[in-house]
Amino acid sequence: MNYLIVGNSAAAVGAIEAIRAADHDGRITLLAAEPDHTYSRPLISYLLAGKVAGERMSYRPADFYEAHGVEAHLGEEVARVDPAARAVTTAAGHRFEYDRLLLATGGKPFVPPIAGLDTGGVFTFTQWDDVRRIESHLAEHAVRDAVVLGGGMIGLKAAEALMARGLKVTIVELADRLLSTTLDAEAGAILVEALRCRDAAVCLQTTVDRVLSRGGMIQGVHLTNDFEIYCQMLVVAIGVVPNVAFLAGSGIATRRGIVVDERMRTSAEDVYAAGDVVEADDVLLGEKRPIPILPLAYRQGFVAGRNMAGLDECYHGGMAMNSIEICDVPTISIGRTTVCDNCSDEGCEVLVRRDAKQGIYKKVVLREGRMVGVILVGEIDNAGIFAGLIERQLNVEALKPLLLSSEFGLLSLDSEYRKHMVSGPGIEV
Amino acid sequence: MKRIFAKEHLCIGCRLCEVHCLVQHSKSKRIITAMTREKSHITPRVRVQESGQVTFALQCRHCERPRCLEACMTGAITRDPKTGIILHDADKCVGCWMCLMSCPVGAIQRGREGHVASKCDLCQGLDVPACVENCPNEALVFEERSR
Repeated sequence: MNYLIVGNSAAAVGAIEAIRAADHDGRITLLAAEPDHTYSRPLISYLLAGKVAGERMSYRPADFYEAHGVEAHLGEEVARVDPAARAVTTAAGHRFEYDRLLLATGGKPFVPPIAGLDTGGVFTFTQWDDVRRIESHLAEHAVRDAVVLGGGMIGLKAAEALMARGLKVTIVELADRLLSTTLDAEAGAILVEALRCRDAAVCLQTTVDRVLSRGGMIQGVHLTNDFEIYCQMLVVAIGVVPNVAFLAGSGIATRRGIVVDERMRTSAEDVYAAGDVVEADDVLLGEKRPIPILPLAYRQGFVAGRNMAGLDECYHGGMAMNSIEICDVPTISIGRTTVCDNCSDEGCEVLVRRDAKQGIYKKVVLREGRMVGVILVGEIDNAGIFAGLIERQLNVEALKPLLLSSEFGLLSLDSEYRKHMVSGPGIEV
Repeated sequence: MKRIFAKEHLCIGCRLCEVHCLVQHSKSKRIITAMTREKSHITPRVRVQESGQVTFALQCRHCERPRCLEACMTGAITRDPKTGIILHDADKCVGCWMCLMSCPVGAIQRGREGHVASKCDLCQGLDVPACVENCPNEALVFEERSR
């Protein structure tokens, strides 16, 4: 069997680990656009902040390809896929044939059309090369002020890293709060407060409509609220979109991302896809959409890999979940966290616990007695138990008084459920 | 693989498992030194859950398909290919808490060792994990069971 993997991050690695566990002899070839050994993309903010050195960037050990019998072609960007010929062609003109193909090309930064954006000192922030570019900018220019456009995960981690480098950072976010897709207004406000305490500025409900520059170098940004911010660098971190441009003309179906079935198969025979590039089932919304988070990328890659190796396994869908710590404030959000805010639906219920002194804010969102979302700020312990309850859509009516207490834990759950969780069904604990 | 199982009805909530776990993961490996000088920067990987009359000790289940491993963004969480033990490399960990968000039993904690996660390693190198060995009421067993 001749496996071809396009991509080199969580989904690709998950697939390789699954394939190799099931097929010791098949040939695995990997094509990666970037020149680096598989590395952790979320760690780029830690690298920029100086918290992690280059050698700690590896997502898998140095001998990963060798140990898994992978022929890795790094720096080979795929340009075209031809399912009829069972081959892909790279930008360098090299052709690779396959029996089974995995597309795990991830996401690419979404950059809106902003006047004057094409100038020096403007960056995106999703890969190692972005850090290298920012590093040389910092080394070559006197940079004191930075603007980060986008108050989501990537924007906040970029902002925090630049703050660690001693820059004065302003975060510009169009929504009315930070992390608007995962946090509610109250949790978002806690992060704004934490950032302001560290001397960062946060501008909400506005965005950059013009980049001001002189001599090919950024001088500042103009906002839609008519303010101007003086800066020597701009990081555009609005979000990522599935990286599917290379599929044009391939006939492989895409909507927001590559369309896959529950076995991670695309519309083309023997072509699979996984990770940030696909739209797969969201168990809470009951529809397919991209959920670009690393845990799901790995899981989808693993499921794809098992199916590619001839086993039969289904991906049961995922849900949004994020853990992010900003200015020493840990936050975790899982599922749908704002769906019941200002909602008059009788089945909706929101439980909240606040302890400003301890920096704790916890909120659980229930619909018809079942948890659909949770936000944890400050006290994030046991978050995974919530994830389990949401994923399994268990009725938690009886647990309501306990859910938000600091004592909530496995023991709070129904004894049958917790026995099942710790040992599997039918085993006495 | 052998895993640790708790017998709820035998657990008296004495927390000796926590003590011996801490000692086993200390530098000195001596109970007095560990519980006095080292305690503040070592996390017991096993935690006694307590609610009214019910108590039992909980540690990592070393799942077949670990949610923590798929969520670990740095590659700090791995499966030992020989033993099947789910290991956590504190040197690779940056404390992003993705594992803590993913573990459905809540067996991973924010550690006292630094800004890193902490979880049971089944006392690698010991025939029987310290918590099991030192449970005075045999409420913890270390054995192979089919899943």
